[in-house]
Amino acid sequence: MAEPHESQTEPAADNTVPAGDVAAGPSLEELLKQSNKPAKFDPDAPSILTVDNLEMYFPVRSTGVIRRKIGDVKAVDGISLSIPRGGSVGLVGESGCGKSTAGRAITRLYKPTGGSVKFGDRDLVQLSNRELKPLRRDVQMIFQDPYSSLNPRHSVGAIIGAPLRIHNMVPKNQTLKRVQELLEVVGLNPEHYNRYPNEFSGGQRQRIGIARSLALQPKLIVADEPVSALDVSIQAQVINLLQDLQKEFDIAFLFIAHDLAVVRHFCPQIAVMYLGKIVEIADRETLYSRPNHPYTQALLSAAPDVKQAAIGGRRERIRLTGEVPSPINPPSGCRFRTRCPLAREICAKVEPPLMQIGPHHKVACHFAGELGNQPHDPVTARMLGVDNSGNPDPGATPTQIEDSPEFSDVWFDLKERRTVKP
Amino acid sequence: MEHFLSVEDLRVHFKTADGIVKATDGLSYTLDRGQTLGIVGESGSGKSVSSSAIMGLHAGTTAQISGSVWFDGVDLLTLSQAEMRKLRGKEIAMIFQDPLSALHPYYSVGKQIAEAYRVHNSVTKKQARTKVIEMLELVGIPQPDRRFDGYPHEYSGGMRQRAMIAMALINDPSLVIADEPTTALDVTVQAQILDLLQNLQKEFNTAIIMITHDLGVIAEMADDALVMYAGRAVEYGPVSEVLTHPEMPYTWGLLSSVPDVTADTDARMVPIPGNPPSLLNQPPGCAFHPRCVHSSKVPGDLCRTTLPELLEGPRGGGHLTRCHLADPEQIYETQVIPEIAPMQAEER
Repeated sequence: MAEPHESQTEPAADNTVPAGDVAAGPSLEELLKQSNKPAKFDPDAPSILTVDNLEMYFPVRSTGVIRRKIGDVKAVDGISLSIPRGGSVGLVGESGCGKSTAGRAITRLYKPTGGSVKFGDRDLVQLSNRELKPLRRDVQMIFQDPYSSLNPRHSVGAIIGAPLRIHNMVPKNQTLKRVQELLEVVGLNPEHYNRYPNEFSGGQRQRIGIARSLALQPKLIVADEPVSALDVSIQAQVINLLQDLQKEFDIAFLFIAHDLAVVRHFCPQIAVMYLGKIVEIADRETLYSRPNHPYTQALLSAAPDVKQAAIGGRRERIRLTGEVPSPINPPSGCRFRTRCPLAREICAKVEPPLMQIGPHHKVACHFAGELGNQPHDPVTARMLGVDNSGNPDPGATPTQIEDSPEFSDVWFDLKERRTVKP
Repeated sequence: MEHFLSVEDLRVHFKTADGIVKATDGLSYTLDRGQTLGIVGESGSGKSVSSSAIMGLHAGTTAQISGSVWFDGVDLLTLSQAEMRKLRGKEIAMIFQDPLSALHPYYSVGKQIAEAYRVHNSVTKKQARTKVIEMLELVGIPQPDRRFDGYPHEYSGGMRQRAMIAMALINDPSLVIADEPTTALDVTVQAQILDLLQNLQKEFNTAIIMITHDLGVIAEMADDALVMYAGRAVEYGPVSEVLTHPEMPYTWGLLSSVPDVTADTDARMVPIPGNPPSLLNQPPGCAFHPRCVHSSKVPGDLCRTTLPELLEGPRGGGHLTRCHLADPEQIYETQVIPEIAPMQAEER
């Protein structure tokens, strides 16, 4: 019997699957040999993109002829973060928390309604579409669904060649050569440029999407759930590929995902979002070993764990009741309070500020503390100028808390309840 | 001992213009009341197809089904459509992955659940309504009497899945097949749904077949685990055995391709190379051999020529593996663990 599965690099017989993902060109093999490790957190790395107080509101209109504006969906409501050059920042949260909207607002697929996105010395929010075109070269996006993000009627060559043509990256007669190079970089057979997306498997399609985003040699890629639509065994292949490309081409990533384990693997710095706000942001080690926000603690505790099989049965977990409330009419005060096991009177009255509590750790909670060690009275009361139940306290002087995208070198010590400077 | 559910040599083949698709090829397992069987596998491994065959959902398609499915002493595959209809929804119920497409958008949720109840019980509309509201309350839907008249689009994802569970359990079935019941949900909601299923199982002593691709869900929910690849079981046994002492390279690959929240972040992930095979044209011998990195350790080209049997490994305890490797335990300990969990290996 013939051995159609032996030579995975060759186009197999008609009715078999397209050649496998292992069809790696030499350049990828070279890359793999270097065995790149995941990026490390470097607090001093210069920032490539600074998001400051980004807001993305969508108007809600009444039905009828006039369609008055009757409210806003505050999908992203003032987030600030900074992405270091060649580094990666993870954005996690449940569906509907605004993480994808944030990604689309940053790449200007939406026009943000407020805040700024500084890329170099330009503010992406203020630019017109015409002014944006040259900058689009530097900021690219990878989409979640490799089925709907590739035009089924265009060949792979046309899909990857389009950005090259639009931005005049290479002379026309060189386009094909460049497309083939890109296919090789992402581990596909360069001869497959004239095939159509339907001839590829999900993992291979995602590689095509990655090749397209690489075509313009971007400095930043916003990856919106790049692996969640893929089979488990393929996810690791794509994560490794992204990691290799990041090292090789020094690309910064904003990695949006709901899977905490994948984000932890890819990103040295992670922000947790809830209902349009960042509730906790920290470096990887801090966030996963000492989360201070009850929502982060619940998320980490809810993820099923393979190791439970050895212990047997299900472990005790923090149970969140209910689901994410509507962003049209978010709860007053702290947005998480309707599901929070710690919620008290103050939480409904005052919104907790995102305060820095460690060298690279910010959290937005009145009762911030490690699991099982939460304080009994709100840590934020004094700095907000309110008493412990959230009523204005005339005797207190509120301190100005600024939510800057970067980490500062002074922070609020939770144990001593004062600002410390090491 | 007679098992409550016993699937023997189940084969589901589809005739297509290109040839025969062997979606399920010789699958056998057993399940008792109050127990959960977790079936893991990638898309196209035949996990859903085999379960639909148990429900008799392939009638009217080109499927050719052989083997037997003994359910409480009856072979389901020999039953007529009319007899099957009496069981379906009453004794055997299914929870689907995507509740939005499994629920009819045109009818209120309560009406759809009531239908499942009224088909199998001669009750008035009013009695059905009371029962449905009771059921909605049981699965944790707030204000069930008002939600009864709500439509699927008015429900959130987690609530729709709860409604699906209410519909599946309303006739107190003895077997529930849950096909990726939490895949479309967020982790916090997933935890709620898994809790709910577990509590209901305890209350009604239901047997559950849990189909998923998430090994974590299997680890927390299942008593037995069955790993499927290309339509066949490749590893089968008690979940604590299969996940802590896996003996099949495919299971190793599955374990190594999911990052772990406690793993060493410096370690690279170890993916399974290649893609799942086409069920139309399966590789000869072991279906996994083109992607297997350990096949060189098997003498000769056994992997390429001979399909290994599903046999009990050296550890015993009902842990079956379909692999030619002579000493998988040792390879797992000395090669696989250091690669996927360096820190864990040092501890050992």
